[in-house]
Amino acid sequence: MADKILKQLKIKVWRQKNAKSKGRFETYTIENISTGSSFLEMMDILNNDLIEKGIDPIAFDHDCREGICGTCSLYINGRPHGPDTEVTTCQLHMRKFKDGETIIIEPWRARAFPVIKDLVVDRSAFEKILQAGGFVSVNTGGVPDANAIPVSREDAEESMDAAACIGCGACVAACKNSSAMLFVSAKVSHLAKLPQGKVEADTRAMSMVAKMDELGFGGCTNTRACEAECPKSISIMNIARLNREYLKARLSR
Amino acid sequence: MSILDSKIPQGPLAEKWTKHKSAIKVVSPANKRKLEVIVVGTGLGGASAAASLAELGYKVKAFCYQDSPRRAHSIAAQGGINAAKNYQNDNDSVFRLFYDTIKGGDYRAREANVYRLAEVSPNIIDQCVAQGVPFGREYGGLLDNRSFGGVLVSRTFYARGQTGQQLLIGAYQALNRQIAKGSVEMYNRHEMLDVVVVDGKARGIIARDLVSGKIKRFGAHAVVVATGGYGNVFFLSTNAMGSNGSAAWQCYKKGAFMSNPCFVQIHPTCIPVHGDQQSKLTLMSESLRNDGRVWVPKKKEDAVKLQKGEIGPNDIADEDRDFYLERRYPSYGNLVPRDVASRAAKERCDAGFGVNAEGKAVFLDFKYSIERLGKDVITARYGNLFQMYEKITDTDPYKEPMMIYPAIHYSMGGTWVDYNLMTTVPGLYSIGEANFSDHGANRLGASALMQGLADGYFVLPYTIGDYLADEIMTPKTDVNAPEFVEAEKAVTDRIEKLFNVKGSKPVDYFHKKLGHIMWDYVGMSRNAEGLKKAIEEIKVIREEFWKDVRIPGELDNLNPELEKAGRVADFLDIGELMARDALDRNESCGGHFREESATEEGEAKRNDEQFTYVSCWEYKGEGQEPVLHKEDLVFENVKLTQRSYK
Repeated sequence: MADKILKQLKIKVWRQKNAKSKGRFETYTIENISTGSSFLEMMDILNNDLIEKGIDPIAFDHDCREGICGTCSLYINGRPHGPDTEVTTCQLHMRKFKDGETIIIEPWRARAFPVIKDLVVDRSAFEKILQAGGFVSVNTGGVPDANAIPVSREDAEESMDAAACIGCGACVAACKNSSAMLFVSAKVSHLAKLPQGKVEADTRAMSMVAKMDELGFGGCTNTRACEAECPKSISIMNIARLNREYLKARLSR
Repeated sequence: MSILDSKIPQGPLAEKWTKHKSAIKVVSPANKRKLEVIVVGTGLGGASAAASLAELGYKVKAFCYQDSPRRAHSIAAQGGINAAKNYQNDNDSVFRLFYDTIKGGDYRAREANVYRLAEVSPNIIDQCVAQGVPFGREYGGLLDNRSFGGVLVSRTFYARGQTGQQLLIGAYQALNRQIAKGSVEMYNRHEMLDVVVVDGKARGIIARDLVSGKIKRFGAHAVVVATGGYGNVFFLSTNAMGSNGSAAWQCYKKGAFMSNPCFVQIHPTCIPVHGDQQSKLTLMSESLRNDGRVWVPKKKEDAVKLQKGEIGPNDIADEDRDFYLERRYPSYGNLVPRDVASRAAKERCDAGFGVNAEGKAVFLDFKYSIERLGKDVITARYGNLFQMYEKITDTDPYKEPMMIYPAIHYSMGGTWVDYNLMTTVPGLYSIGEANFSDHGANRLGASALMQGLADGYFVLPYTIGDYLADEIMTPKTDVNAPEFVEAEKAVTDRIEKLFNVKGSKPVDYFHKKLGHIMWDYVGMSRNAEGLKKAIEEIKVIREEFWKDVRIPGELDNLNPELEKAGRVADFLDIGELMARDALDRNESCGGHFREESATEEGEAKRNDEQFTYVSCWEYKGEGQEPVLHKEDLVFENVKLTQRSYK
């Protein structure tokens, strides 16, 4: 479809100098944006305008711009990754907005993800959860032939569905409790569905859940907001599986 | 005689690695605990190396500029990873993978390194499966394979269209396990800005904490650079926005030679540039060429109407379509290698047959395979790619052909390394895309992932021991040594110099300008006049950059513009060296096409008599001309032939 030009947009955006300072909204005007541009290209143009005007540009996280690295993390018009489905912020395009519209941009909001600057948040809590057990304890070398352990196609596919998580944090941002259950359950499911991951399944579920609680993420109340906003369509079936794995682990202690 | 010692072991090709492993030194577990290694970058190469070295007992410090090691750009690789497993019983072998890779690289890679790559490739798949990588499987539960461009067997393992992501998550999990154990100290949001050399040996790095802006010193017994490629020198590429050549460039400035910098891969199937607001290009997997037919209109008037938007592709009858790949290369058709497909698209667009408003796009049409196989089959094969295409372009590729155009994708060139993956600076190693060693002048699909993991899991952990065995008496590196103080000062001075330009234009302004020059003169088609012009024009932009760049914000805070400025300052230098290298290599090979060296039909013509070497550039100081050394390539196991896809 032919691209159109959005003559003017108002961008109302969260500005916060650093983790310690108090933030506030600022509104900027931007003109002549092609509907074929991506949302982050619009941000690039706005930032270059701001630089030329002597205003500090808006800091935001982004990297691959192909929807796979999980770096971009904007909360746009009240939705993680904005008004489109199954996309990350970097895949969102300006054709989803109307000329003259005011677009509100906020960082992920969660106690476990403190703001570093403007729209950039610290997601190292996710790292700590994975370090608590999101792996299979094998060293390099000395492993069996790849075809020595058959895995049913169904299990491999279900494992892959969960492993598609990009660790962006939209699930936490979408949840009124800032729960990380979808994220944790995706990793637990990815490994629990494979024979390689089963050996440590009990300790993995226990220690990842303990770490998640320790880091200040809230509990899950089954609102399914996480699933609705997940750019990779990770299913809450994984949360059910995590609960099962966790219970199984508790009972076997 | 070359001053470079590639340390290629003597003996028959198939025995070189085994013999070498038994000849090199090993460090005892007690001593490993005392030795520190820095690994910069956490893509497939860096993450696998950091985890494997820590498992062996070395004390590892790992660095990435992203907020997590999992975000390195290896994650974006789509199609798959090659390995000589011969699971399909189609007569694949280590030799065949070696041969395909050498030939695919247009005979500009080292035989011994490529053979070793093929030799360790089966171990990679074993390792990844053990880690829990959910590769695609057959109904019987065994691993499935795909075929890929340029080869006759099915040896590509895949995890849907997200193979890079899954392999990186595997390596990241292994890394996380070592971080949890305390054997890897992980520094996220840290960017290496210099390597520190003490008494001729790499002993550490200077890095900037991107959140606090603090410049920090880190010491070690050896430094491994796994920082990927420099494709972003072109501004628009399929690389991540943060991908850069700066770490490798600092190594170059400290004495590591840079090899074949003009060898970059231009991928034929990317979503075309639209307008002038674009910051990034998106790749559409090579696998699409299995079922899509590439065409432009036969008649120029149709092309003009398409460009003006007066007609659509479906208004053009089959007989008025020019399937130029099938026409020019009847035997390979739409599946010619990447470099050939890219040049053919450019040729048609330059002749005025481009199909988008800019005249820089060709069609990739699935109409014929949908008619032949049905929509469901196409959805099963490419559903996620079709969805991605539609999200970006707002066009339904089931109904209208995709528009594609070539874009910069991968750097075959990089830091020179010997057989042990050590650079010309003792104790400084380079692995993965950052080094030059395995892909020659053109990389085959699904081989980048293989090389990154081969280096990190199975090569470096052995070869680094040979160096570190002589360092067991070396005490912990003192980061207060004058060399560290000096390096830190140089880094701080440069940052302040950049910051204090206080000019009028943002970094992107200069980056875009550089990108245009690189694309026009050092892109898909190169000639001596254009390359000389590029060198001169880059000098002008560099001067303007250092006089007029504006970096807002503060030095002691998160400052993405400052990060970009440092990288672009280096890209300006890298771009110039690429042009120099391209000027020196007056032959066409792989991704490097010199107009002066073409057949009458316009096909690439290699010149083996004069150019069967690796170019190795030595830095001679700011403003000085670099010196070219040559490592002659010796082929004992393959016969050099002109590639033909007719």
